[in-house]
Amino acid sequence: MTPDVPLVCITPHISPWPAVFHVKPPFKMSLRSRYSRICHDAFRRPSIYANVSQITRKATPAWQTCRSVASTPNAQKVLFPGALNSEFTDTLEVLRPSNNKAIPTYRVLDQYGEVINKEIGVETEDGEALELYKNMVCLSIMDLIMFEAQRQGRLSFYMVSAGEEGIAIGSASALNPTDVIFCQYRETGVYMQRGFTLDQFMNQLFANTKDIGLGRNMPVHYGTEKLHIHTISSTLATQIPHAAGAAYALKMQNMTQSPDAEKRIVVCYFGEGAASEGDFHAALNIAATRQVPAVFVCRNNGYAISTPTSDQYRGDGIASRGAGYGIPTLRVDGNDIFAVRRATKQARKLALENDGQPVLIEMMAYRVGHHSTSDDSFAYRQKIEVEDWKRRDNPITRLRKWLEGRNLWDEDKERELRSRKRKEVLSAFDRAEKLKKPAIKNAFADVWEDLTEEQRSHVEEMRDILKRYPKEYDVDHHEGGVESLDELLAKKS
Amino acid sequence: MVATTIPPMRALCRYLLRPQAPVYPRCHHLVRSKRHSSAPAGARLNNTVEYDTTPILHHTSRTALQNPELPEDVRKGQTKRINLYTAINEALRHALQTDERTLVFGEDVQFGGVFRCTMNLATDFGTERVFNTPLSEQGLVGFAIGAASEGMRPVAEIQFADYVYPAFDQIVNEAAKYRYRSGSSGVNCGGLVIRMPSGGVGHGALYHSQSPEALFTHTPGLRVVIPRSPTQAKGLLLSSIRSNDPIIFMEPKILYRAAVEQVPVAPYYLPLDKAEVLKAGKDVTIISYGTPLYTCSAAIKAAEKDFGCSVELIDLRTIFPWDRATVLDSVKKTGRAIVVHESMMNAGVGAEVAATIQEKAFLRLEAPVKRVTGWATHTGLQYEKFIIPDVTRVYDAIRQTLDY
Repeated sequence: MTPDVPLVCITPHISPWPAVFHVKPPFKMSLRSRYSRICHDAFRRPSIYANVSQITRKATPAWQTCRSVASTPNAQKVLFPGALNSEFTDTLEVLRPSNNKAIPTYRVLDQYGEVINKEIGVETEDGEALELYKNMVCLSIMDLIMFEAQRQGRLSFYMVSAGEEGIAIGSASALNPTDVIFCQYRETGVYMQRGFTLDQFMNQLFANTKDIGLGRNMPVHYGTEKLHIHTISSTLATQIPHAAGAAYALKMQNMTQSPDAEKRIVVCYFGEGAASEGDFHAALNIAATRQVPAVFVCRNNGYAISTPTSDQYRGDGIASRGAGYGIPTLRVDGNDIFAVRRATKQARKLALENDGQPVLIEMMAYRVGHHSTSDDSFAYRQKIEVEDWKRRDNPITRLRKWLEGRNLWDEDKERELRSRKRKEVLSAFDRAEKLKKPAIKNAFADVWEDLTEEQRSHVEEMRDILKRYPKEYDVDHHEGGVESLDELLAKKS
Repeated sequence: MVATTIPPMRALCRYLLRPQAPVYPRCHHLVRSKRHSSAPAGARLNNTVEYDTTPILHHTSRTALQNPELPEDVRKGQTKRINLYTAINEALRHALQTDERTLVFGEDVQFGGVFRCTMNLATDFGTERVFNTPLSEQGLVGFAIGAASEGMRPVAEIQFADYVYPAFDQIVNEAAKYRYRSGSSGVNCGGLVIRMPSGGVGHGALYHSQSPEALFTHTPGLRVVIPRSPTQAKGLLLSSIRSNDPIIFMEPKILYRAAVEQVPVAPYYLPLDKAEVLKAGKDVTIISYGTPLYTCSAAIKAAEKDFGCSVELIDLRTIFPWDRATVLDSVKKTGRAIVVHESMMNAGVGAEVAATIQEKAFLRLEAPVKRVTGWATHTGLQYEKFIIPDVTRVYDAIRQTLDY
């Protein structure tokens, strides 16, 4: 069991972890100055390269705490521009990350639903906790039904969140509604917590005429600008640099808006597999150098399709990488929704300090479901392993134990909730499945802002084919039939 | 525990969601679903691709062994009825068995790959030679180039062609230019094969349908190969692994399970510079590769019946460098040409083929070279059936070209 640890963010410039320096007494590293400021000041000053002694005479640059420099006989630190606070050592010590203690995992509840630190508590009102619970149950019911529906051939694809409901719903509940979100694809709970309705889910899954995505995307690729969540792309990790850039946009906007307006951050979700992509590394690095108000949430669920974390990385999870980029970092028990909430709130607060800084949170979980409906995970992991995890711990049962411990929940309420949610999901399912497919014109619209001349000729050619061979195509299943192409062509570009 | 208190969800669902299609057990959705394919019941042209009877595949051992490209001993040997992913598996297996330098790796390769192409290879050849890589296309392709440059023969798998783009720099700037920039030192990354499943399956939408071959045919130094069938896949993949040029090997993923035929059991190598005339004809030449060949074949059957014409069908097989002589000889004979591919028209393979034909066979042409390709858009989920060329469009193109 993970020990009860206070929620301490690993802040790279003051953290004892990892032990980067071999510090010899009596010299101490300066803990006063912010790492970022040191870097900025040093690099903005061209004279650093021209005349070092001149600089030492000047007043209070942040790195003046270095008492002497490389050029003097008793230098204790080097002013290499790449590592300003590095002291000399005569001990040749190889840094072995495996010798470090693993980064602790923060939790509020133990797996029996008991609060570990009674003084801090769960920082959640009973009513809100009940809402979170209901949303998690609703998500798991929708998952079961849609997974089954895919197996029956009613829709082409689906992905469940089993085991990760707490991460999505808990973190989304700790954000402001106007914070901008970038998801990977297993964050259905984020949408649900933000108010994406069951009808909206179903319309997207069936890609019908009411689908916000106009029937263009695979199932589970939700998106809605009203809830400030960008549309999901199947490609992995591509959203992480977007989040850094979007957060920079928000940083600029936060600075120029009226002081009493709510400041916004960007939150970006991704899995531990996606964190192997170059995009992840590029994103965290640029987020750190531009000091953007972004929270990067890694869902470490143990598997990237079939690839276990042992084939994915050899460091201490994803959290250990935060230090490398100079980013404050947390690791959290993803099965503990209260821990997820508290960490996210803390990260949000940190992200807005000093006009912005990125924060990395690694949420630990176990992917209970298959990767997707295309996957059979028992080809690469034991069924017993999954059953074991299901039985041992999951975010829904843990919160339920806490609720029951406070007499807020019981078997009757559970039964009533499940039956009600099931009916709600199924009636939304029914409504969505009956709707027509979106208009065919949506195949061509929005590629460019306006239809191009070439596209126009393609649309004409296609319309001609559809009209001359009416028996070969199911155009009537689409809203407006072939005529929707006429509308498209009539529109002046 | 909660689990025990839930009423039986599956029973309830089955009742409320009256099944419309048979329930498939564990099966890859991307290569099986017929429900999501296009045409209505009354269609005469669309949905007439029958993999069981198509002349594109060898349904008997006899026709499989008649192939003149096979060496004599292979033609005297046995055949086995297998699908395309098994043919890939057999080629990889042979390469691993016969050449110590062969490595096979990529995302999820160790357990057999998401399309099952690498099944049992890790078990049989060890995880030193067949292994999972971290999830980074850029990383694993660069890794493969490095291994090839030091004498190995790496076969790297990109899980979907749609995900090859992070590796674009490594492929275009590194793999393609390695030998050229090394000059007289001669160092190269030959032996490198980058395999990737490509093409539409009916419901892959934006990120599981792409055919990005034209991006690589615009790069000197690369060879781009797309097999049409299990027999072709096996022979072309073995030649690719043996080749000293870096190879982009695109496997039409809908064919992994759909295309089943008699394949020689013995190993064999097919040429990487020869197109193949699949069907002789005298009035019009259709040039294509990969999945659309099946579409073309069905369209030709209908068109020959309806218009009394005779159509020649050519499989390019190697998309770059491509066999211009075979195509030009055919078009000089027929005087008419149609190019068919799934990816978008502008600057696609069709543009290159059409331009070459008008340049080298202009005076023989009876009609403009027609391109039947994907339209100028992305492959939206609900629109794929309208965007990717179907039997009707090829049939109509034959008619238009003949009537010109």
